[in-house]
Amino acid sequence: MAERHGMVERRGVGLWLTHLGLIVGVAFIFFPIWLAFVASTVSQPEIVSPPMPLWPGDQFVENYSKALVSGVNAPVARMLLNSAIMAFGISLGKIAISLLSAFAIVYFRFPGRRLFFWLIFLTLMLPVEVRIVPTYEVAANFGMLNSYSGLIFPLIASATATFLFRQFFMTVPDELAEAARVDGARPMQFFIDILLPMSRTNIAALFVILFIYGWNQYLWPLLITTDPEMNTIVMGIKQMFPSGDDIADWPVIMATSILAMIPPVVVVIGMQKLFIRGLVDSEK
Amino acid sequence: MEKRVRFKGLWLPLLLVMPQLLITAVFFFYPAGQAIWQSLFIPDPFGLSMRYVGLGNFEFLLSDPFYRASFVTTAVFSILVTLVSMGVALYLAVLADRLIKGSGTYRTLLIWPYAVAPAVAGVLWLFMFNTRVGVVTWYLGVLGYDWNHVLNQGEAMGLVVVASAWGRISYNFLFFLAGLQAIPRSVIEAAAIDGARFWTRFRTIVFPLLSPTTFFLLVVNIVYAFFETFGVIHTITSGGPQQATTILVYKVYADGFVGQDLGSSAAQSVILLVIVGILTIIQFKYIERRVHY
Repeated sequence: MAERHGMVERRGVGLWLTHLGLIVGVAFIFFPIWLAFVASTVSQPEIVSPPMPLWPGDQFVENYSKALVSGVNAPVARMLLNSAIMAFGISLGKIAISLLSAFAIVYFRFPGRRLFFWLIFLTLMLPVEVRIVPTYEVAANFGMLNSYSGLIFPLIASATATFLFRQFFMTVPDELAEAARVDGARPMQFFIDILLPMSRTNIAALFVILFIYGWNQYLWPLLITTDPEMNTIVMGIKQMFPSGDDIADWPVIMATSILAMIPPVVVVIGMQKLFIRGLVDSEK
Repeated sequence: MEKRVRFKGLWLPLLLVMPQLLITAVFFFYPAGQAIWQSLFIPDPFGLSMRYVGLGNFEFLLSDPFYRASFVTTAVFSILVTLVSMGVALYLAVLADRLIKGSGTYRTLLIWPYAVAPAVAGVLWLFMFNTRVGVVTWYLGVLGYDWNHVLNQGEAMGLVVVASAWGRISYNFLFFLAGLQAIPRSVIEAAAIDGARFWTRFRTIVFPLLSPTTFFLLVVNIVYAFFETFGVIHTITSGGPQQATTILVYKVYADGFVGQDLGSSAAQSVILLVIVGILTIIQFKYIERRVHY
């Protein structure tokens, strides 16, 4: 932006102070992750006799392969798989059911449309943290404990996604639907051939946000999975701490923490534009 | 706003809304109804029958010093998390906004902790401040400060606040930076020409113009601190020491699953329900205003 070369930006010493301030901020943000990475590359004795080193050691392969193959209660590779299934299930499921219901709300007039709209709206007020015990009972009655469907379905209804698609469909020119109708296209044909391709960017942006939401779930997997083989990685880390006075296997725990943050971080950085768009959209 | 063009049909739209309706009914409305229903009863010790107690659970809760303390804890915790994460984010955003080039690089460097789960953030901070192996604990010890969040309530609160705020800085930074960059340069330069220094400009022009963003973030961060920080609390302190970090959401979990006190847990769920309701309404009232802005 050319207009930004004004007199309010910093130059000279001020510029360097600005950079310095930002670098301190970035360092503050990075430090815990740097330490975790260092801890995941050194041996247990180096950690239990503090202070631990601040520079990576040579145990990278040992620690990560130990975590991935055997872990503490279950192999971390298995927990990564569980997390991936849960995150994809939740994000794709939310997008699918929200697209369908938004299409129905915008393009049809059917009895109960308004009621339905308000029912979805109300779900905004019912985060899982608020209804944990009864929701757990429902899942248990369905035999959903320690299952992927138990990890996915109770978290799949999303008012945010439905509203987002509704808002987007409202901006789609009426002429398109008119033309489709004149051409004799069935509603589902219009949905699949025209509406879906037009929603591509919205879907992708929402996917980024929902994937992170699904991957980072903690309380729900904690309740619903008692079998270590079904643990997700984010909730499984806490389970790796020994009860009582034993010292935790920090190198393996820290390797697991790093592994737990890689997929969502890659998604955020790799799809930065979509991520920011999704973030802004989903808060509207 | 309504569409002029609509498709005909009755069964198709009903079929389309059915998946969402079913899931919402089974996993949202039925459990919420159950919570309200159970909050009126006390199960007998063997779990065989339920005794109707009306609002007894609520009366008991509201007179329970631990529950009241949890309210205070939640308020303190939420306010601190919101202030710390928004304060740091605003500071960094103001700095980044002053750069002619390079603010994009800092944005990339600063946004990705958003992707780190609160529970993972909890483990990272727990590691740094661990009483036995923590690096920060060790260096504090060298400086003569004996850190022990396992015993010290204030330190425990401080640690969960910082761990919760840490991952949230990215989000706030992103919105503050966008808000700052939307302020017309000409306004700020006019003030600069009139001789207003940076701090005066910030106080009298930038911050007021930023207030829609600030208010929005205030609400969103309070919601975050209330409901999404469970992972941080659970990994770092498990609500201790002496319930010093037991926020409301943690107490619902502790009483319902660990303590198996279903009536009380259900009553707590209902109270939380009311709180979310109020927060959601505030959020929407604000968003309506922003649309007309």
